Amino acid sequence: MNIATTDCLLRMYDEQHELEDYESGVPRWCTGCGDNAILAAVQRLCRDENLRPEKTVFVSGIGCSSRFPHYMKTYGFHGIHGRALPVAEGIKMARPDLNVFVNTGDGDCCSIGAAHWIHAIRYNMNMTVMLHDNQIYGLTKMQASPTSPRGLKSNTTPRGSYLEPLQPLTITLGVQNVSFVAQAVDWIPEVLYDILSAAFHHKGLSFVRILQRCPEWLPKLYEPWVQDPQKILLLNHEQGIQVSPNLAKVYRNLESHDPSNMNRAREISSVLDPIPVGILYRNPDVPCYEDLRHAGQPRSRNFIKAGLEAEFDKFTVWPQEAERRGQAV
Amino acid sequence: MNKMTLVKPLRDAAQQVRPAAGEKAAVTLSEHIIEIISDSGEGAQRCGQSLGAIAAKMGNGIWTVEIIPAEIRPPARSVAGASGNRIRLGTRRVTNGGDETDLVVAFNEQVLLGRVRSGDLKSDCIILLESMWRENSDPTVVASYVETHDQLVAAGYRVYEIPMERECRKHVADARRGKNMFALGMLCNLYSLDLQLARDQIALTFGKKGASVIAPNVKLLDAGYEWADANLDFKFRIPASGVTEPQIVVNGNTALALGILASGMEVCAMYPITPATSASHYLSDVFEKVGGVVHQAEDEIAACTFAIGASYAGKCTVTITSGPGYSLKQEAIGLAVMGEIPLVVVNVQRGGPSTGQPTKAEQGDLLTAMFGSHGDAPKVVIAPSSIEDCFYSIITARKIAETFNMVVVVLSDAGLATSQQPFPRPRFSDAWLAPPVNQSTVPTGLEPYAWDEATGLARRFVPGQPGGVHTLTGLAHDRLSHVAYDAEINEQSIRARSLKLAALQKTLKTPPVFGGETGDLLVLGWGSTKGAIEEAVEDLRAEGCKVSSLHLTFLQPLPSGIKEIMQRFKQVITVEGNWCDTPQDNIIDEANRRYSALAMLLRSRYLVDVDCWSEVKGQPIKPSSIRRVILEKLRPN
Repeated sequence: MNIATTDCLLRMYDEQHELEDYESGVPRWCTGCGDNAILAAVQRLCRDENLRPEKTVFVSGIGCSSRFPHYMKTYGFHGIHGRALPVAEGIKMARPDLNVFVNTGDGDCCSIGAAHWIHAIRYNMNMTVMLHDNQIYGLTKMQASPTSPRGLKSNTTPRGSYLEPLQPLTITLGVQNVSFVAQAVDWIPEVLYDILSAAFHHKGLSFVRILQRCPEWLPKLYEPWVQDPQKILLLNHEQGIQVSPNLAKVYRNLESHDPSNMNRAREISSVLDPIPVGILYRNPDVPCYEDLRHAGQPRSRNFIKAGLEAEFDKFTVWPQEAERRGQAV
Repeated sequence: MNKMTLVKPLRDAAQQVRPAAGEKAAVTLSEHIIEIISDSGEGAQRCGQSLGAIAAKMGNGIWTVEIIPAEIRPPARSVAGASGNRIRLGTRRVTNGGDETDLVVAFNEQVLLGRVRSGDLKSDCIILLESMWRENSDPTVVASYVETHDQLVAAGYRVYEIPMERECRKHVADARRGKNMFALGMLCNLYSLDLQLARDQIALTFGKKGASVIAPNVKLLDAGYEWADANLDFKFRIPASGVTEPQIVVNGNTALALGILASGMEVCAMYPITPATSASHYLSDVFEKVGGVVHQAEDEIAACTFAIGASYAGKCTVTITSGPGYSLKQEAIGLAVMGEIPLVVVNVQRGGPSTGQPTKAEQGDLLTAMFGSHGDAPKVVIAPSSIEDCFYSIITARKIAETFNMVVVVLSDAGLATSQQPFPRPRFSDAWLAPPVNQSTVPTGLEPYAWDEATGLARRFVPGQPGGVHTLTGLAHDRLSHVAYDAEINEQSIRARSLKLAALQKTLKTPPVFGGETGDLLVLGWGSTKGAIEEAVEDLRAEGCKVSSLHLTFLQPLPSGIKEIMQRFKQVITVEGNWCDTPQDNIIDEANRRYSALAMLLRSRYLVDVDCWSEVKGQPIKPSSIRRVILEKLRPN
């Protein structure tokens, strides 16, 4: 049944892909949903990087944003709530040759899957993680999420949510082995694309929090920031993303931030207004777990057999020896 | 010194022991059960393991079981703190831990008390007891020792006080380390075992630590041997029947790990949990040598989903756990069922529910394994019934998982996990190994869930295969893996996943009946109880009872022919390590009696009046208990 064939191992020609090679059906997200902007940026990235669809896997959990893989014409894994990251880690460990992307929401990543989020940062496996943060549970119809602003009235907090929101950037930056942290907003597509591109090119786990509008449940949440470019702090650096002159005319609140500067990254990450957008932190020298574990090395039948026989030898009682001892007594 | 050595001569064995001119004659036995117990950390386990290994090398049948306290460092000299090993040593092949213990070496009287109270010692058990407590500076220790000693003697145990500590200190400064080797030396003498083989065993055990550790341990071994020879007036010999082929001596968990190596699987994802973890300890040590990875995940759910991800990517993966971890994995197992991702899940069962009895044996997870995860989630369940089975069941499980794109649950238990039994050294077969990741192009038009009308089987699409791009989903889906909003499609996919189980069932052979094909009573069992059941059945058949047994390895699906076998017997009963209500309780009647797991399955599937008997004491079920049950069933009143 499973016979390895070589017909796909070597391509003797260059394959060029178009946008439509990555498009699968019409997304069933609401009109105006920020997920559409993320999808468009990602499809563009795949095309520009000429990723082979069959070598690319989008992994998600459960929630509006986790429908993402269904709209990509690549391999996709739409799993269970909160567990996108460990699934993606398993894929990467088994197949380091695959391009792995993760799409997860604020409920999926920061609530039910929070343990995996912390540990995924620490494993630092080579994949791009997009946190679609709309600060609300959408698919289950408007319950407060861990990133909802305090006082938000929702179906489970009719008198306003009680707790301060959790800050995904500061948390991620506090975890050992963090190697790439960025923040984007769905309403500045150019920067969103640039950040995702940088994330894709980073070797290690790239964590991109994307502030994403939910027109259905929280249509006005990000309105002040969408309306006023001064409420966006664009991080600009030769080692980070470089803001285009046209964009700089609109978004004048710029800061030159070196992504290798962890202390400043942590300071920036704790600022809620203006919203920082750009690459907060990048360290290409953090080792990847799959490399530390030597994943993907070919193993031959003889290699396995030799290893197994050596183990059997450790535990074997040979008949001659047993007979000799038996007679000796 | 005089007071110390032979406080009490061997009484009723006097006629057996014939000391002849300085040489003791050895009494020939067909088998004996020996225990070595101490406080945790005093090395009784190592002593017992070494004894078992030496005997196995001599060609004896052995079955060793660890005696493990629940805590890592229980208080010294505590009744619940007994740590050690129990070795059943026989001339023939030994298939289970047997009944009560014949001889105990105890490093203090408190751990011994724990064993006495457990009821695991024969009423006239020989006890070799460390005597140093009699001279302890703490008068309460002395009083406790004397009182316990006198009680045991009065109760009929044959107690020998042995100055182990004092004797060891003649050779090493710290007698607490190494006393176990002195005990091993004594036992080698008492059971006529080859001393040179014991020395070799020490070299093997401490090989990594070098000569400076080996030499003093060998010295203590020799000292124990000589001391027993000079001071104890009895000796046994359990003839070895010899072995004709190479044998492997490992415990069930090591066998599981070897099975993983042999299956060609490359990734094992796990989270530490007792009693499963020792399999991962061993695997962690050796897996990388053959290119494998043991991934210790952040939790049980992550371990299972990591395994699912790796399997999905083309390399069938295993996750190992025990009871509570198995519960935590349920939603993820459902995902693998729904996505038709091959996955091997090993559950080394322990006592439950909740945290239960982490170190104790129980067979409480059969129904959870079969019916766990919400909705209709058909999966394969197999249960190894011996140490050898632990090895081969993993290879079988991997193969079934990949052939049928299903979850295969392997149910071992704490009894098998820590028991050692020799079995024929497996001969490597290429058929064991997982094939390379299939990266061939998907034929045009083939759907990711092209369920076969008859069998439900579909080719598995693996990332990297051109032409196969699709999104696997845990949502109900159609043949294209598109989310199904149509109720009709949901039913089609449930049918397909169910048919796969039937397709596998068609390949299974009817298991053989042990004993006669017809008779008065059929005893059914599954998993680790096989050896004990068959021993009881064999003995009773020799006495003329018309009793047979049937042991099931495949629990889901059940092979054909079981009903026909059951119908050839007047009565049918299961023997299981999971609870069933007993009709002796006043409140229990047919309307409310809860049957044991297998009994319930057999009753509901075959409409046969299957009775059950169970024991959930955390210990492997003894052949003598099963014997009693069979006799009661055959001869009521």
